[in-house]
Amino acid sequence: MSFSGYDIGPFYDEMFASPAEPRDGTRLMVEKIESLPPGELKRRQRTAEQALFDSGITFNVYGSGEGTEKIWPFDIIPRIVEAREWYWIEKGLKQRIRALNLFIDDVYHDQNIVKDGVIPGDLISSAEGYLKPCAGLNPPGRIWAHVTGTDLVRDEKGQIYVLEDNLRCPSGVSYVIANRRLLKRTFPEVFTASRVKAVDIYPAKLLDMLYSIAPSGMRTPVVALLTPGIYNSAYFEHSFLAHEMGIELVEGRDLVIQDGFVCMKTTRGLQRVDVIYRRINDDFLDPKAFREDSLLGVPGILEVFQKGRVAMANAPGTGVADDKVIYAYVPKMIQYYLGEDAIIPNVPTYLCWEDSARNHVLDNLDSLVVKAANESGGYGMLIGPVATASEREAFAEKIKSNPRNFIAQPTLGLSRSPVIIGDGFEGRHVDLRPFILYGEDIWVLPGGLTRVALRKGSLVVNSSQGGGSKDTWVVDGPDTEAETDRETTLMSQSQTQDGSGQYAEQSC
Amino acid sequence: MLSRVAETLYWLSRYLERAENISRFIEVSWHMTLDQPGQEECREWGALVSTTGDNAQFYERYNAATKKTVISFLMFDTEYSNSIISCLRAARENARTVREIISSDLWEQINAFYHIIEGAGKNQGHVYENPYDLCQQIKLRSMMLGGIGNDTMSHGEGWHFCRLGRYLERADKTSRVLDVKYFTLLPSVNYVGTAYDDVQWAALLRATDALDAYRQEYGRINPSNVAEFLVFGREFPRSVLHCLGVAQRSLHAISGTPMGAFRNSGEQILGQLSAELAYTNIKSVFDKGLHEFNDQLQVEINRINDAIARYFFGYDPEEFKEAG
Repeated sequence: MSFSGYDIGPFYDEMFASPAEPRDGTRLMVEKIESLPPGELKRRQRTAEQALFDSGITFNVYGSGEGTEKIWPFDIIPRIVEAREWYWIEKGLKQRIRALNLFIDDVYHDQNIVKDGVIPGDLISSAEGYLKPCAGLNPPGRIWAHVTGTDLVRDEKGQIYVLEDNLRCPSGVSYVIANRRLLKRTFPEVFTASRVKAVDIYPAKLLDMLYSIAPSGMRTPVVALLTPGIYNSAYFEHSFLAHEMGIELVEGRDLVIQDGFVCMKTTRGLQRVDVIYRRINDDFLDPKAFREDSLLGVPGILEVFQKGRVAMANAPGTGVADDKVIYAYVPKMIQYYLGEDAIIPNVPTYLCWEDSARNHVLDNLDSLVVKAANESGGYGMLIGPVATASEREAFAEKIKSNPRNFIAQPTLGLSRSPVIIGDGFEGRHVDLRPFILYGEDIWVLPGGLTRVALRKGSLVVNSSQGGGSKDTWVVDGPDTEAETDRETTLMSQSQTQDGSGQYAEQSC
Repeated sequence: MLSRVAETLYWLSRYLERAENISRFIEVSWHMTLDQPGQEECREWGALVSTTGDNAQFYERYNAATKKTVISFLMFDTEYSNSIISCLRAARENARTVREIISSDLWEQINAFYHIIEGAGKNQGHVYENPYDLCQQIKLRSMMLGGIGNDTMSHGEGWHFCRLGRYLERADKTSRVLDVKYFTLLPSVNYVGTAYDDVQWAALLRATDALDAYRQEYGRINPSNVAEFLVFGREFPRSVLHCLGVAQRSLHAISGTPMGAFRNSGEQILGQLSAELAYTNIKSVFDKGLHEFNDQLQVEINRINDAIARYFFGYDPEEFKEAG
């Protein structure tokens, strides 16, 4: 298959600088694809899909009976990020996570940022993710958001923006690792030559981080991953990560509070748990402290956490900074806490609680994207340019009745990346979700999850809305250390059953 | 190990073993009908339903036991919880919740197994015509999963729970295979001792993959020897006595209780049952009645299951205090 007819359109294309000219890091890949015999690329795509299906990396489509298990669509053409661009992305993400953690800690303690007039106090107390019971908490190292999955997008000019911070329970990293394992089998030749930075190391890094926040003690900490259970759409990921880290995967019903500690029920009685990587939302975590009707959580776990007898990642309460109104203030936080300018800018954001901004939004609904402050997953959203007049009217009413809950942003012409459609390539819009771990230091997984809006023209990349994914390659520059070839001694496998008499000797 | 995980592994193996054995039942019945041209085949298939003990459920949904209805019921009926498809679905759901415990290979093959049967369910006509191919495939797949489990899982607590489940299930099912013969012959005792009878006993042996091993030990087919082999064949991996022995060793490996002693009621009942079988012979089984013997055996295996569930899976602080 050839890229000769590929149309990059009026967008920034992640693979081609201009119609016939691949970007630096992508040249090898383009050459490889064009050199494949006819039908080979599609065969590899089918093989990859079958492998996904066999490995059960599927998600359940809610509410549509049986037989609706689907693989998350995967396109085998990788999205390639050059090392020199990644350098700035990584730096920008570290800066942002540092500031956000300082902010969350401030919010639950003295609120200096409010006293100094940078953020209005009522925006914080009215944020849905703000949890009163968390005030005064001191998580280990004063770090709250240990695992973050920041969403990045790129506009027509090539500028990268932060779209969302996702500080609660971001998911998708298992797809990064699974996609990579697949692509290694799909394009082994290009893979080696391109010096792609490894992502397989993530589970080990995650485990290191979890160990680092354990309450001090003499024994090896017991770490568990807390999942809402098999019916959660991210269950595959929970199970995958627990498996990769070799830790217990627990549900709320496996845990009890005994003598002031969190314990799991085992075949030999109760065993203490020191660190919990929890993938249950704050609301459901502890029916005693938060939602009383939660059956998924562990009654009393917050109290144990408050006493420092169990560590949790992420700490409860981080959702306050996920509020899309608070998001708009992140560049100011970076300035306030670190005295630096934000390396990666925010998407320009109109806050509807401000009168002038609201009027601007209401007048320009047909060109803006409007979002509810506390929704995620592509829900509660209006994409002005493609909405009908009545949809826009309905949204205008919502905004007027609860201005605090809405923000608006210009509709970005998201960058595109080629995907296989029929017998050719077509550009589809993509975003990027890198994953950041914050324990003793901050570490960014090189690459991240590239989500792609597979519906033609669609800007919504969420899996629940027809999105798919691609592997993301951060390709190393020439400066990196050379691979060290380790010398190995190979023992030839020469023993056989008969002839030499070795067999008889061996079996003595 | 988490109680919930232990329970899941135990049931995962039981369901896989159950699916395998049901396919063995179907195969043996099918062979029996082929071997008696001109006979009304309904009796064979009706007997098969009786073997499962789920007669009532069958006749709620089907009018008569024919090859088609019985295969449909036992293989593809998703409403019937012991059908092959239901067992595999349950096995797969269990496997999914413990994916991080079992090996990736094991999970992928369980997943693929389920999809094969689900796919076959969409084209059932072919299976009614010739159930042999699918039965054979189910049997081989299940045995392969046993092998993958043995060779890829650490032989620790989780593996022992798998083995415990698998062998208790197998002991129960081997006793039910013997029952197939009982129910088939029930209406016409005058077959006993005829050449046709031998053919049927051979079919039983074939269903349990015991024919070759049996011939090496006894040579000629003889009902008493067949029953003896399937119940007491100490070295044969599908005989009831052998299965109970393996289950017992795993149970003691899990608890750390020395063999010959007990610290919970599961160990007690299983020990008593094994000892009783070890010190009896086929003559007293026939004196008691083969079917009555099998019935009693199945009741005891259910009691063992319940005792294991209470002690290991249903965490109860009080019970653990008592057990120390």
